[in-house]
Amino acid sequence: MTESLSLRVDRRGDLAILYTSGYINNQGGEKIAHQAYELMEEGLTTLLLNLEGTKIVNSIGISILIEIIEKTLEIDGKLAFCCLTPTIEKTFHIMGLAQYAGIYPDEQTAIRELAP
Amino acid sequence: MAGNSVLREVTLTIPMVADMEIAATKTATSMAASMKMGPDKIDEVRMAVVEACINAFEHSGAEDRMVYLTFAILGGQGEPEVLRITVRDSGRGFNPEELEEPSIEKKLTATNKRGWGLKIIEGLMDEVEIHSGHDGTMVIMSKAR
Repeated sequence: MTESLSLRVDRRGDLAILYTSGYINNQGGEKIAHQAYELMEEGLTTLLLNLEGTKIVNSIGISILIEIIEKTLEIDGKLAFCCLTPTIEKTFHIMGLAQYAGIYPDEQTAIRELAP
Repeated sequence: MAGNSVLREVTLTIPMVADMEIAATKTATSMAASMKMGPDKIDEVRMAVVEACINAFEHSGAEDRMVYLTFAILGGQGEPEVLRITVRDSGRGFNPEELEEPSIEKKLTATNKRGWGLKIIEGLMDEVEIHSGHDGTMVIMSKAR
């Protein structure tokens, strides 16, 4: 009934951009987490989640994103988000995610801000 | 808001099955669009409906495994003003006052990172009421056009 989440990864030096498309629920969140942990094992510690293709999330999916933030903090890495719908951005602010993860309006700004 | 009369009402019953919350968002979207609510507000309503439904799915323990929704457009003199959505289950209920408000600082290191639903609903909707007891829980949430 709903589109399941699809994920594409673009590695750019020390940065990996994960492009999501579809609903970030528990399965979608797990898919992102699985990919993120693989990238961390490869040594990529700066991850940018481009959510342009995601129009709806739920709190279970976001809870899994919080797990990823926790893991990146443990390795002195960063998780950031860009291209959020206004509602997803508002939800992240309600939950306080912006205190621990950068939120950028577009990919270019995010890449510039995340550059070492 | 209390003096507004019901201009239109739709009821929907969904089973507690994964992703059925999305079916509920479609009705919410249609009702909100019919009263010319802006797209960002419609999106906020959708998100709140998702959270209210998955709270019922996850926590109610309802034997009938169903969620009952009512979407009502309220207004005065025929002009739609408020969308009121009621999400009800027949589960075990809970005491809202006993719930600890989630905080990102605690959740980052906690094993259980969930428990955000009500905070999100309250942040996205204009008014939220929770009635809960041994015969179930009813979340009534409203958003002005």
